[in-house]
Amino acid sequence: MSALELRGLDKAFGGLRVTAGVNLAVEPGERRLIIGPNGAGKTTLFNLITGELRPDAGTVWLFGGDITRVPTRRRAHLGLARTYQILTLFPNDTLLHNVSLSQLGLSRLRWNPIWRLDHQTELLAAARQMLAQVGLDQLADRPVGQTAYGERRRVEIAMALAQRPKVLLLDEPFAGLSSDERRDVKQLLAAIPREVTIVMIEHDMDIALDFADRITVLHFGRVEVEGSRAEVVAHPRTKEIYLGA
Amino acid sequence: MNRAAGIFAFAALVTLPLWVGNAYYVNIAAQILLYSIFALGLNVLVGYGGLVSLGHAGLFGIAAYAGALAINTGGNHFVAIASALAATIVAAAAFAMLALRGTGLGFVMITVALGQIVWGVAYRWISITNGDNGISIRTRPSPFGLSLATANGFYWATLVVFLVAVAVIAILAASPFGASLRGTRDQPRRMTALGYNIWLIRFLAFLFSGLWSGVAGMLFLYYNQFISPQAVALSASAEALLMVIAGGTGTLLGPIVGATLVVIMKNVASAYIERWNFVLGAIFVAIVVLMPEGMVPGSVRLARWCGTRLRLRTAPAHSATAPHPEGGG
Amino acid sequence: MNLWLLLAGNSIAFGGLLFLLSAGFALIFGLMRIPNLTHGSLFMLGAYFAVSLIAMGLGFWPAALIAAFGVAAFGGLVERLLLRRLPGNELAQVLVTLGLSFMIADVCLMTWGGDPISIETPPGLRGASHIAGFGFPTYRLGVIVVAVLCATALWGVLEQTRLGAMIRAGVDDPQIARVVGIRVSRLFTIVFSLGAGLAGFAGVIGGPILSVYPGLDQDMLPLALVVVILGGSGSLIGSFIGSFAVGLLYNFGQALFPELAYVVLFLPMLVVLVLRPQGLFGRAAP
Repeated sequence: MSALELRGLDKAFGGLRVTAGVNLAVEPGERRLIIGPNGAGKTTLFNLITGELRPDAGTVWLFGGDITRVPTRRRAHLGLARTYQILTLFPNDTLLHNVSLSQLGLSRLRWNPIWRLDHQTELLAAARQMLAQVGLDQLADRPVGQTAYGERRRVEIAMALAQRPKVLLLDEPFAGLSSDERRDVKQLLAAIPREVTIVMIEHDMDIALDFADRITVLHFGRVEVEGSRAEVVAHPRTKEIYLGA
Repeated sequence: MNRAAGIFAFAALVTLPLWVGNAYYVNIAAQILLYSIFALGLNVLVGYGGLVSLGHAGLFGIAAYAGALAINTGGNHFVAIASALAATIVAAAAFAMLALRGTGLGFVMITVALGQIVWGVAYRWISITNGDNGISIRTRPSPFGLSLATANGFYWATLVVFLVAVAVIAILAASPFGASLRGTRDQPRRMTALGYNIWLIRFLAFLFSGLWSGVAGMLFLYYNQFISPQAVALSASAEALLMVIAGGTGTLLGPIVGATLVVIMKNVASAYIERWNFVLGAIFVAIVVLMPEGMVPGSVRLARWCGTRLRLRTAPAHSATAPHPEGGG
Repeated sequence: MNLWLLLAGNSIAFGGLLFLLSAGFALIFGLMRIPNLTHGSLFMLGAYFAVSLIAMGLGFWPAALIAAFGVAAFGGLVERLLLRRLPGNELAQVLVTLGLSFMIADVCLMTWGGDPISIETPPGLRGASHIAGFGFPTYRLGVIVVAVLCATALWGVLEQTRLGAMIRAGVDDPQIARVVGIRVSRLFTIVFSLGAGLAGFAGVIGGPILSVYPGLDQDMLPLALVVVILGGSGSLIGSFIGSFAVGLLYNFGQALFPELAYVVLFLPMLVVLVLRPQGLFGRAAP
């Protein structure tokens, strides 16, 4: 049983076919990389997986269950988490609060109108621990507005990890980072246990190629090449797509 | 908020009728409190939830009219208050389900339409609401023997309700639900991906804020012993929103400051300034243009800015070792 | 039968007036995405201006045009000095228009007093005309003609001129419009002035029918809202049809269900908002 499976996924906006008959199967524990030139439909694919977009045709399966009709918020409870290409943090709050909100989303506590949030020691401790995992625990009480971009990228990842996902979708986690910062993020991603299946969209091939077990190449919404790193790199179609032949 | 300041304020409020000699001013204070309740409730939706409503006077009015009708058909005050609040919650649920079909400006426009429908019914369904002539009630309640017929009595009763409102809303703001609500304001898309049910969160926030509008409406009814369509007009909803915006959304003190400003303008300033409506509008425009985040955060920002200028002025000798300048407000 | 025809006639005349009021509102809403809550006050302001101009000896039509220009100029000032300081912040802009409406209403009260003032019907259009055997106030026929003329002129501007093309582009997609080089901010000023001027003109035209009184702004604004919601923001055809629909709903509603007149009016608006937030004719929001 695959961790995540897409069958015949189609999506068009007006006349523009953004996703065309995509079939994809990611095995539990796998590290899958999705690459493709700009406009290939990578983020759209993520939006279809999380349910933020409804497909015109096709189905999405999570650990053998059809989640095509399941609303986005429920998918979080089923173990799906994602990061965004454009940072979507809570700008007025501290790093700790950001990650706490992530934790809270899956807890019944989120409906509680009476207890003080800042007295929820377990929740807050778990959030701090999550920040430590991405190397940001000293900055836990710093407002997001006073952190560097590289730090914020790591908060995005911490927030997704805080959801204790079974399948983690990372949308360009290295975008805009310096080489030192990239190295840090690489390390922290490598440290994520294999209980978590990871699918990553990335532009920068060098960084991502080390990371992936299998690679899927998208072009104009269609899966063009798929296979191990060696296979994809050697494939003539890959060169065509990237060199615009 | 500063502990000492809080205690001082509390003491001042409780003893107010004693040090404000004049019944006129005690009445003003009672009005400020009841409108503060209205504004605080609205702020939960507007400030914490990020949903602007221009129809909350409709809920305020539904409570007052329901209460008035209940009293005039022979009910006792307890029944009247209960039915008024029940009616308000039902109406708030209906409002919410309709308004939440839209987002952003769509939401605002739907609330305008809803408020106008309530106003239209109040104005035209003369057989029930007596139209423009309004409905009077003859007595104020006397809970536990304390008569609310006097200015002082009414003030203290309103103060109790006000303190309850402040406490309840403060608790909500600090709670996980409060954090969820603010999250839906700041990043609704992310909140959904995190597993939150933002429709339901907003719906509940709407109900909660509607309930307090109803409470304020009943207090209004008892204060004036009269209700008319005037209280349900678009301008009434606008004033309520003004109170929230002027004081500063997202804080507890903000709506109270805003309510104080508006009530004082309406009652006191109108004795000295002929055209208070103009001044109110002007203040509103000024605040929105100059301090988009409202007066309380805006004033804090202003004070900090002044403080920085002052500090830089008085410590030139230490410039070499000057501490890192204040970050932007 | 007579009564129904009279009612229908009045509805159409009222619809014409509403079109003059709402067309500006629809354009402003469509282009700038703000419900201009000052619109009712601008209507009232135009009427009051005309009152003073007529008292100074001007004829009805010159007064109407000058008043319209005055209100248009005022609108332009408002846009340049206030709204432009809040670019993109639609909520703040709405609130500014709200505050302004308070201010304008009070200034009018201060200047022209609290009693209703009626504007005399212009000499050429007094009395009744006979159409198909029925008598009908000539002025109201005149209102219909003026509305149709204005609608045609507006349509001409929007469809046939460069300015109109820019406005339509801005309504459809402000970002692309900017990219293509359209000076969107200048367009905003022009459209806001135009909308304001139309509202002011409508106020004068409405004078002989409605009179001018404090509170006129509060009465007219919701009607403009309903028209634009029903007709769709930014859509001229929508405003045209919506105005007549509202005129009919309003007058027949008042006659048939006096107790529920406003409900009859706002319920369809609510239904449309809930089912189709962009109105019956407008394009879907991006």
